[in-house]
Amino acid sequence: MDVEVSHLTKRFTLKGSPAVFDASFVAPSGKVTALLGPSGSGKTTVLRCIAGLEPVSEGRILLGSDDVTQIPVDKRGIGFVFQAFALFDLMTVRKNVGFGLEIRGTAAADVRARVDELLGLVQIGELSERFPDQLSGSQKQRVGFARALAPRPKVLLLDEPFGQLDSRVRVELRDFLRGLHQATHLTTILVTHDQDEAMEMADQIVVMHQGRVHQTGTPREIYDAPRTPFVAGFVGGANVLAGRVSRGRATLGSLSVAAPADLPEGTAIRAIVRPHDVKIARAVPGSSVALATITRLFTVGPTAKLQLTLPSGDVIAVELPRTQLDAMAIVQGDLVKVDLEEAKIFRDDYVI
Amino acid sequence: MASAPPTARLVDDGPPVRPYLSVRALTEPALVRWSLITLCGLFLGLFVALPVISVFGQAFSKGVGKYIEAITKPETLAAIRLTLLVAIIVVPLNTAFGIAASWLLTKYRFAGKSLLLALIDLPFSVSPVTSGLIFVLLFGGRSSLGGWLGAHDVSVIFAIPGIVLATTFVTFPFVVREVLPIMQAGGSDEEEAALTLGAGGWRIFFQVTLPKVKWGVLYGVILCNARTMGEFGAVSIVSGHIRGLTNTMPLQVEILYNEFDFVGAFAVASLLALLGLATLVGKKIIERRVTGRA
Amino acid sequence: MATATPRSTSLKGWRPSVLPGFGTTLGFTVAYLSLVVLIPLAGLVLKTAGLSFAEFWATISHDKALYAYRLSFGGAFVAATVNAVFGLMLAWVLSRYKFPGRALLDALVDLPLALPTAVAGIALTAIYARTGVLGGPLEALGIKVAFAPTGVIVAMIFVGIPFAVRTIQPVLMEIDPQVEEAAAVLGATRWQTFTRVLLPAVLPPLCTGFALAFARALGEYGSIVFISGNIPKRTEIVPLLIANKLEQYDYQGATALALVMLAGSFVLLFTINALQAWSRARGRHG
Repeated sequence: MDVEVSHLTKRFTLKGSPAVFDASFVAPSGKVTALLGPSGSGKTTVLRCIAGLEPVSEGRILLGSDDVTQIPVDKRGIGFVFQAFALFDLMTVRKNVGFGLEIRGTAAADVRARVDELLGLVQIGELSERFPDQLSGSQKQRVGFARALAPRPKVLLLDEPFGQLDSRVRVELRDFLRGLHQATHLTTILVTHDQDEAMEMADQIVVMHQGRVHQTGTPREIYDAPRTPFVAGFVGGANVLAGRVSRGRATLGSLSVAAPADLPEGTAIRAIVRPHDVKIARAVPGSSVALATITRLFTVGPTAKLQLTLPSGDVIAVELPRTQLDAMAIVQGDLVKVDLEEAKIFRDDYVI
Repeated sequence: MASAPPTARLVDDGPPVRPYLSVRALTEPALVRWSLITLCGLFLGLFVALPVISVFGQAFSKGVGKYIEAITKPETLAAIRLTLLVAIIVVPLNTAFGIAASWLLTKYRFAGKSLLLALIDLPFSVSPVTSGLIFVLLFGGRSSLGGWLGAHDVSVIFAIPGIVLATTFVTFPFVVREVLPIMQAGGSDEEEAALTLGAGGWRIFFQVTLPKVKWGVLYGVILCNARTMGEFGAVSIVSGHIRGLTNTMPLQVEILYNEFDFVGAFAVASLLALLGLATLVGKKIIERRVTGRA
Repeated sequence: MATATPRSTSLKGWRPSVLPGFGTTLGFTVAYLSLVVLIPLAGLVLKTAGLSFAEFWATISHDKALYAYRLSFGGAFVAATVNAVFGLMLAWVLSRYKFPGRALLDALVDLPLALPTAVAGIALTAIYARTGVLGGPLEALGIKVAFAPTGVIVAMIFVGIPFAVRTIQPVLMEIDPQVEEAAAVLGATRWQTFTRVLLPAVLPPLCTGFALAFARALGEYGSIVFISGNIPKRTEIVPLLIANKLEQYDYQGATALALVMLAGSFVLLFTINALQAWSRARGRHG
């Protein structure tokens, strides 16, 4: 079923800015939606409001066609996986997973069968009699998933489920989660600050910043067509340059790039340039074109990453394949010509 | 449902903080909450607040004049003096022991640590009367030690030294129990660093360890003092109740009460009650200092 | 303390620690403890050795003694139970709710520790005697508190309050709120969360608090001797019997009774330590 968040506002203090303001989006049925944003963006608060762990100040939460805003958390039929696992320390894995069923009075045999089914699904069948303190982080979170799924929830909510695990384990569990979703086809909402995670796992991303939803779209849409400077900068890494519209082009210090036609002459603008959209070339001696200095240069695998200082004083990041770098035979400290292939242009007074 | 949060949450994406006063299913219904609060209030009001209030009520029941008269009687003043004397001796002694024992138990590895800990906790599990009994048996006129002391004109039981000893026994765990956990939590790293820099033992203690545990020491001192001045059972056994000589304030209260001098008894009791309240205030201040800093 | 390293023992290479002062602090501590604890305790046992077993048995099984055991142990049990129940309630209320007067309630919990027992004794007597503010109405209802076993139990409850509350409170506060949230999301009602998740977690400190309150009530003297009236075979507690025997210079009799109390105390001490170890082990389960 769909999950709809409609004009959600959440205040924790009576004065000051709300934690979430006028957030609206729909998490489509059977798909994975990621709530992406930096700390303090309100994404966890939105998730907790959907679960019913926080009461809303204004707005509505709908599960399918039902308005559940006033329904208490224990009656919403939602599965929730916590970042810090929140397992019941005094119960075995089996009892943890079976908890949601047992409190409903499900017959013991049915509980047993369902628990076995889930332990198999999350691949920890042999750990059923262990206690949480005997498990690794990744195992604990698998128990967390199994426990949340056991009572057959209609929606699955994940609060930075891999946040407490090391990066290698995180990558493994991403596959695991994808597999889980394919097996269950549950509407899933995932909160994360890691854009790789969001891009890889989500069918739809909701980007949040300072309590507001900036953009909702597929990973490609978010990346290719960011609608606000924040989205452009947060997703994919970016350089931010300030300038003006001049004769149909955006003039940014000594550089210029194509500008949208509808911007009047002289408008103050901000350009978001992706590191791989910056082209550099060996400086031709005697040229009068303004040049940039390479202040840092290093390679990570097949990619070369550079830091350039422009004549205007701005510092930008550049990425290119290492093979290209080798072919140009440039080193740190060299002067290079800079061209901008493409930029996302935003009016400087752009507000949402 | 509009939320009217009485608490301000400053961090947005952090884990939730108690109390959940506004989320059903995460806290008890209001009726249950208020019933519990009321029940607790009645319980403590009945068992604790009422007695304390009645002490002052009874003490002043015949007017301020009679109150002052009661606490300035020569016997009472003698009792006050003795109580203070005992405290001045016992508290510093037990503080020194407490710090030494904490140091010993924290900084070193050796067999018998748990035995030592159990022994330190002993006075807490022994009735004060038994404590007093032990000293009477040891130093009383009938024992060999007591006889020998008596021959040398040194009296312990039914005299001030006995009171000091018995009180020391009963109150020596207090400082250790407060200082030990703090020393343990502090670890030995800083002291070892000082050692590598060439500092000697006493210097390490005074400049490195003591500042870390000073609030624990103070806390223990306050509790030790309260118990020292208020101890009744153990002192009652060893003192012999010799008026004007071996009566501490608590014993004086008993004597006056048994003579039906209620105003007198409650007057002296009120002084002890004030001590108790002052102890509580001191405790709270230290607790606030420590948690404020942490 | 001139040396930077302590004396090493005969075990080659073993040092208790690198820090100096081992010898001094060990010596001081042992000497102090010996003087104050061990030697007196030994004296106690030696004294009883002066009794024949028959005499010992006669003393501790005397009528008055039996009644006193019943009152001391039985009363302490009742008082500890009351303290355990209200201790849990108080710990819960103090750590989870905000209400006017919370700080006052918190302070009242600690008062029995700070108030001298004799003061509590006469105060409780004044309140519950027939002429007292509560004693009058209660006696009209047929409930005698002062100079009756009930009064003894009231005094025992008073002294045990802080022990129960302060043992349970820290553990209650440490419980991860997200665990309660997890239970709620899984569909548990508040009562289910309390009984299945929270109560098991506070069971060890609850038992420890009970045991501590029990031990305290057992040994209590000052606050009880006033309110009990010390009526033989009705409101005498064992510590009082010991004191009486001492006044009559029946040292051996007093010692015999004290040994019974001591035996009880040691059993309790052992139990408490075991319970605390259980609490700590539980705490490690996550």
